[in-house]
Amino acid sequence: MTQQTARLRIRRGTADELRYDEFTVPFDDGASVLDALLWIRTRRDPSLAIRYSCISANVCKECVIAIDGVVDYACTTRLRAGAVMTLEPLPGKPVLRDLVTETRPPRERL
Amino acid sequence: MTHLETDILIVGAGGAGMYAAIAASRAGATRVLLADKSLVGRGGATVMAQMTVAAALGEECPDDWTAHFDDTLASGRGLCDEALAAVLCQEAPARIREMAEWRVGWARRADGRIAQVAAPGHSRPRCCYVDFLNTGPAVAATLRRQIARIDAIRRVSNLTVTDIVTDCGAAVGAVALDGAAGEPVTIAANAVIVATGGLTRIFRRNSASANMGGDGYALALAAGADLVDMEFVQFFPIGHLAPRLVGMDPIMWDPFRYKLGGRLLDGNGREFLADYGSDETSGYTTPRDIATYAIHKEVAAGRGSPHGGVYLSFAHVKRAALEAAFGPVIERLARNGIDLVRMPVEVAPIAHYQMGGIAVDEGMASRVPGLYAAGEATGGANGANRLSGNAIPEALVFGERAGRFAAAYAATHRPGWDRRLGAEALARIRSLADGRQGDIGAAVLLDELRELMWREVGPFRTAAGLGRALFRLGEMRAALPELAIAPGRVCNATLADWFDLRASLLAAEAVTRAALARTESRGAHQREDFPDSDPAWASRQHVSMRSDGMILVGSSP
Repeated sequence: MTQQTARLRIRRGTADELRYDEFTVPFDDGASVLDALLWIRTRRDPSLAIRYSCISANVCKECVIAIDGVVDYACTTRLRAGAVMTLEPLPGKPVLRDLVTETRPPRERL
Repeated sequence: MTHLETDILIVGAGGAGMYAAIAASRAGATRVLLADKSLVGRGGATVMAQMTVAAALGEECPDDWTAHFDDTLASGRGLCDEALAAVLCQEAPARIREMAEWRVGWARRADGRIAQVAAPGHSRPRCCYVDFLNTGPAVAATLRRQIARIDAIRRVSNLTVTDIVTDCGAAVGAVALDGAAGEPVTIAANAVIVATGGLTRIFRRNSASANMGGDGYALALAAGADLVDMEFVQFFPIGHLAPRLVGMDPIMWDPFRYKLGGRLLDGNGREFLADYGSDETSGYTTPRDIATYAIHKEVAAGRGSPHGGVYLSFAHVKRAALEAAFGPVIERLARNGIDLVRMPVEVAPIAHYQMGGIAVDEGMASRVPGLYAAGEATGGANGANRLSGNAIPEALVFGERAGRFAAAYAATHRPGWDRRLGAEALARIRSLADGRQGDIGAAVLLDELRELMWREVGPFRTAAGLGRALFRLGEMRAALPELAIAPGRVCNATLADWFDLRASLLAAEAVTRAALARTESRGAHQREDFPDSDPAWASRQHVSMRSDGMILVGSSP
């Protein structure tokens, strides 16, 4: 396996903030955006908020975000070396924090 | 502060929790609160199930629940709680047929009967499924549709129950963290059902979803319930290892073996299962505990594949047969660069299921009045090694029972809520949610915990390794009050990590202490220093927690 490096620019903060943090993440062939986000949470910034549940089986569908402006799942999108990848919350939903949006059905909220 | 009142609080909304909610409302409960720390019906293990659901339907050939029961006991290596195993096997057909009425879409034979395949450990074809690798998502979606139709069921997503509240020794409600707002919530409940699934997330290699870190075991221990059989963690033998696969569950090779056989080969391309007494000439028949043992031994002997597992090959299967059996899945594999006709994949054991869990009776009641459990969170039915296909019926059958019996209890026990209750748990959430300085946070320790459990408490164990694990678990538990928590209440991931770590450490300690005490090898519990099964150990161990937090292991009463 060859190790490569991804550069991720991630939208951070709550609804009324707008800032981006950039992270450099080492990865092995075939690693996903979700792998990188979990790596960042353990090794760089545990406060990074993301939604995920099934971890790469792509059945919970919770990790849907915007990747370079395209709506996709973090768990099935492969990392790319070189150019910066921009990660933003799912458009059209209220932002709660970082990449977490209010995707709960209205009847499932308190 | 939010305060909720309900007849029945269900913690965890996978298959067991959702079925419990349906059954509780059918039994007359008019207020059922179904809470999940993830999204209702999307987290947990049910949605991950790939294929097999065992039930003695007799669609393919004559079958009877007693035959399923005999197979379950044989797989359990002499340790099953026979009363629970009997309930599981006897009621599985009714639940599976009810799911069919709810249009889950079980795969059908040409004559319209439900298709059933043979799985390892079963004496006949008994496992139904939904194509293609869609059993779990179909079961979860069907139950989500059912609960959405029932007005009595209130669903709440992103609500993490942190403590079950007891009064005079009985469960009377809970304290929870509203993850979105970062605020505490109190819940008054006449009865509480724990349906949080298992704990396999505490092992580095696992097939778990994020919320399977053992929460329910920790909640039950702290509330005064017993756990049973905690040393028995099923390591699924052929979890995917390489090449890297995304968008698919790592246990997906099991259905391939059900339908197409497949051959397990060592690093030199030689079949090895026969060396361990398992002859697969008649198909996929090797039980999970034996396959895990055989793969471990091959790798230890230097005959593993490049990434430290063994090969699984379907090269002998014709492309047309592959496509007929797995249609769209073959395309998904191609997107991952895998062509089964041309290449084998690498597989290795992976933590998959916890046989042990909360000790319950046939009515799913724990020893704490008002506290029930269902699904993987319970222990006993599967003994030392779960039979393939028994997990989903366990979720459905035990879920139905827990809902029904908890509703009967809740109808006659209305303890009420006193605002002094849960004060300590509330104060803890408030204090942590304000943020805290510290050198490290819980995320780092959760990562270390998974490495530690895999290395020292994994498929093969020794007294020395288990001792090292206990020492470090103790240090981590002592460090909990000092861990850093970031400021900001809304969706605070570090706060969620703290509660995850607190629960996982208790669950991990329960597994490790039980594993150290059992000085023999049996089923999924393999001790390198006690390699043989000992008839004197044909009994279950209970784990409990003293009021000072000390975890104790004792033999079954």
